[in-house]
Amino acid sequence: MTPLETYTLRHGDDCLVLGQRLCEWAARSPQLEEDVALLNIALDLLGSARSLLSQVGDEDQLAFLRDEPAFTNAQIMELDNGDFGRTMARQLLVSGYQVLLWEALSSSADEGLAGVAGKAVKEAAYHLDHAHSWVVRLGDGTEESHARMQAGLDDVWPYALELFEADDVVTSLVAQGIAADPEVLEPAWRATVEKVLTEATLGVPSSDWRPTGGRHGLHTEPFGYLLAEMQHLQRTHPGASW
Amino acid sequence: MGFQEVIDADGRIEPRDEMPEAYRKTLVRQIAQHAHSEIIGMQPEGNWITRAPSLRRKVILVAKVQDEAGHGLYLYSAAETLGASRHDLLDLLHTGRQKYSTIFNYPTTSWADVAAIGWLVDGAAIVNQVPLTRCSYGPYARAMTRVCKEESFHQRQGFEAMTVLSRGTPAQRQMAQDALDRWWWPALMMFGPSDAESPNSAQSMAWGIKRFSNDELRQRFVDATVPQADYLGLTVPDPTLSWDGEHYRYGEIDWTEFFAVMKGDGPCNRQRMGFRVKAHEDGAWVREAAEAYAAKQRAKAI
Ligand SMILES: [Fe+2]
Ligand SMILES: [Fe+2]
Repeated sequence: MTPLETYTLRHGDDCLVLGQRLCEWAARSPQLEEDVALLNIALDLLGSARSLLSQVGDEDQLAFLRDEPAFTNAQIMELDNGDFGRTMARQLLVSGYQVLLWEALSSSADEGLAGVAGKAVKEAAYHLDHAHSWVVRLGDGTEESHARMQAGLDDVWPYALELFEADDVVTSLVAQGIAADPEVLEPAWRATVEKVLTEATLGVPSSDWRPTGGRHGLHTEPFGYLLAEMQHLQRTHPGASW
Repeated sequence: MGFQEVIDADGRIEPRDEMPEAYRKTLVRQIAQHAHSEIIGMQPEGNWITRAPSLRRKVILVAKVQDEAGHGLYLYSAAETLGASRHDLLDLLHTGRQKYSTIFNYPTTSWADVAAIGWLVDGAAIVNQVPLTRCSYGPYARAMTRVCKEESFHQRQGFEAMTVLSRGTPAQRQMAQDALDRWWWPALMMFGPSDAESPNSAQSMAWGIKRFSNDELRQRFVDATVPQADYLGLTVPDPTLSWDGEHYRYGEIDWTEFFAVMKGDGPCNRQRMGFRVKAHEDGAWVREAAEAYAAKQRAKAI
């Protein structure tokens, strides 16, 4: 795979895996409006995933027939939903990142990436608004919601740091004006997220622990179950079309 | 114009118009049960979202389940125009005092069930609901216009998914036939008991809430659907089914099963309610937090 394909696939996998996780909320959310909103976010992410995966190969082969080590999403995308607070914490951290990522990529030297980014940036801005409004309501709501929100945030926070890792693929593409520069994204992301957390009366977690490996196919235990569930029909009926 | 004159002139009753208490009550119950059906209906299909066999099918299914949540929202809002509250109506659902469509108490055990639900269940819903777009109560009629557009989209997508399965591998064809076998009769039951055993029908007809009898609508559905099954090369699980020159004559419906499912003894009644109540209870802290936050903001604004 070329560095561009690797990079495109990483972001496609991010969208696919988080979209798949959000789908698990269907009919389970705290109120009907959230069923609509969470599925809407899932739809946006799945839409971006399809566009990105299609730039690398056949979307269904990539989604349904790769084994776990071939998936290159960041681990934060695959984390269990947990309660609604944890899901919103993850969404804040990821959408805060994706807004900046897509913004940067909308002027990428690669037309394919720029095209997806131009559309996704508007969607991510909505996802961020939505997460922002919930993180604030939960953080500054009741004692229970504050505690749950902080706990969810503390849980997912260390995983967000992987989003800003740079390896040779990223560095070489940044030099060519194709990729977004993680060193530029990270401080902007911190500023976005910390502003929301302050408004939400939540503490900004600090973590020396930096789980890593997703970009190179190393995943968490729950990810195997996500894939088993997602892939089982394609794998049970090889060659069938649906 | 008074209530009866509006009804007689085939006009629309709006929220501020005077209406008999019995009319209001009947509508609240019907609209609420319709809303409950939309949200409980998210479960059997939601059951396959994470396992959908292609990304295209996944996206279609997510959008469909999202539409059903939207239908629930419009319908609860329509009920609220009659003085009910969503909160109270949900409470009636959760405590088993109001019902939802019996169809959603059957399990979706294969992917083909998702296709069959789109084809048959959304198909039957359309036949039931298109006349409601002319219902005498304005907000309900308007909600139905919007809902019916989306349901017909769901029906076409379901039929298309069913077509792919029935033209697919032997295993897929078998899956499709098996789904039709299991969903056919429950789909016919969606229209409710025969006219003779449907005590409220006459009053609802007189009020312009109902336009056609249960049996008329059921017949309309059978006549539209049997040729579709033929096209798919699937067999309708009714050995007595025959064409009489005008209509398809279908066999005896097992009303014992219908009333058992209605009463709570279908294969999934307990599961659906348990799931629904758990989701609601698990979300209580979130709703409470949103209220507490809003109250704090109001206090600050003063
Ligand atoms: Fe619906
Ligand atoms: Fe539908």
